[in-house]
Amino acid sequence: MTISKKLKIFSIQILLSVIPLSLLFSTDLSAELVIKVTKGNDKPTEIAISPIASGNINLSEDLGLIIESDLQRSGMFKTIPRQNMLAYPSTPDDVYFRDWRLLGAEYLVVGSIEQLEEKQIRFVFNLLNVNLQSDLIQHIVEGNSDQLREIAHRASDLIYEEITGIRGAFSTRLAYVTAIQNNNSLIYELKVSDADGAQEKLMLRSTEPIMSPAWSPSGKEIAYVSFESGRPAIYRQDLISAKRQQLTNFKGLNGAPAWSPDGNKLAMVLSKDGNPEIYVLDFMERKLTRLTRHFSIDTEPTWHPNGDRILFTSDRGGTPQIYELELDSRKIRRITYAGNYNARPSLAPDGRTLVMVHRANDVFHIATLDLKTNRMLELTETRLDESPTVAPNGAMLIYATKQGDRDILAAVSIDAGVKYFLPLESGDVREPAWSPYLR
Amino acid sequence: MNYFSRQLYVLLTIICFATVGCSTSTTQDSSESITTIEDTSVATATVDTEPDPVPEMVEEDEVPVNDAATVFYFEFDKAVLNDEARAALMQHAEFLKANPASIRLEGHADERGTREYNMALGERRAKTVKEYLVLQGVAASSMEVISYGEERAASFGSNESSWRMNRRVELKN
Repeated sequence: MTISKKLKIFSIQILLSVIPLSLLFSTDLSAELVIKVTKGNDKPTEIAISPIASGNINLSEDLGLIIESDLQRSGMFKTIPRQNMLAYPSTPDDVYFRDWRLLGAEYLVVGSIEQLEEKQIRFVFNLLNVNLQSDLIQHIVEGNSDQLREIAHRASDLIYEEITGIRGAFSTRLAYVTAIQNNNSLIYELKVSDADGAQEKLMLRSTEPIMSPAWSPSGKEIAYVSFESGRPAIYRQDLISAKRQQLTNFKGLNGAPAWSPDGNKLAMVLSKDGNPEIYVLDFMERKLTRLTRHFSIDTEPTWHPNGDRILFTSDRGGTPQIYELELDSRKIRRITYAGNYNARPSLAPDGRTLVMVHRANDVFHIATLDLKTNRMLELTETRLDESPTVAPNGAMLIYATKQGDRDILAAVSIDAGVKYFLPLESGDVREPAWSPYLR
Repeated sequence: MNYFSRQLYVLLTIICFATVGCSTSTTQDSSESITTIEDTSVATATVDTEPDPVPEMVEEDEVPVNDAATVFYFEFDKAVLNDEARAALMQHAEFLKANPASIRLEGHADERGTREYNMALGERRAKTVKEYLVLQGVAASSMEVISYGEERAASFGSNESSWRMNRRVELKN
């Protein structure tokens, strides 16, 4: 971004406290998330990514390193360092399997990049099984030369799926809110980055709080709460065009938006009738339906992947606990009993693993509850953990936590075996929301 | 003219004369520094002497003052008013009944627990304050309730002393 563009954005900002910015404007790169792996899988699969041959094409990104970093972050792989490699093959024909066996590699990726027409590039890669000396997959990914990271993530997805049997989620994104101290006030920003924290883009900046970003199932829009009018209201905003629409303007709370799996409805919390209740807005019929009727707090609705149930937090039993509401019968049943604070439910894509914020011994952790076996598992060891968001493949989740007095993001695998931090270089980052699959 | 103001007037007059009588002045433009002692005599007034009449004065309209606390604090996950808050709100109620004005009650929570639940908790706290003021006779329509949950901390530390400052309702004009 040039300085003149920055100045232009700043001058617009003086006139308006809130501006939606096109995703074309990237923010300062130094503020991107930096990934630190703190705990990995006990028996990771060893894989070697031979540097990707690019001939005399000048590339701004090293595809091989991006793939390595993706696979390492999953915790299920250990990559062979380049300096240990005896050769840098780029096609299966150049591979001497014995060399790679000696290095301990179980799998090997070789590939090359070629320029197509103007700005179009093609990435051809092969995944080889070193022990079987066989070629598992060959795949071609094409894209623009400014989409190198996307091309690499797509390759990571395919490699990960071929080896683990689980669909890769490296080509997904994160939305989150940052708060940065500016003189005596806070500047709130709604941002979107790739799942690895790179390519951070600004969606909205405001001097008033921004909260609760929620992805539409299409991955093209985000609903959120903004206080820009002096009161909370729910908005939806398109990522590509930055076009946005205010959805609610009720007295009291307007919060916790959650899209239905089919994208046609939005569950939310409104207190217009006296106290916080769960409502559903039907976009097609433009109809608002009240689902709960209780004098206690009912909040944080989330949809079951089938779309037939909504889980939510309520303190109707005296402490915050998670309840399930069946949409047809409107029957409500309590789900959690262990501990005196269970809140912010969400379901993994299997519909069986409930993820929540759980307080034990005065410490807030992220926990899962298996709805079949009723087995609870505390996933995190950090403190003041909140806002868990599960990857669309159900393998990892990202949550907000504290490091000293700073708000940071951290990730943990659904079995608690892999952990890493995604701290922001400055300021506080909070309320992560993991996108659905984007294709 | 009441007795007190008359006494004050007399006293002020005496102090005024006495001060003038004691002051000295120094001339500086001369090569030799000359100090002239001014009249240091003191006259004695007696209550038998007829004093000058008290000058006319206009009394300013009373500016109503409400010095009651405007921030009320709560326990974790609770929205119960403590004695201190009740006493201050009683004072606000009397004041608002005598001087009707619109107010805004902003509810807040500490950072512990989930953000949307804390939004609801902040609202519950602000509503507790509103209901208490309504019971004391303040018009419900003159009060707006808004919750910021944990989004606008008063104190930024991640410890009990900060959390205590953040679990609050602020009464604003």
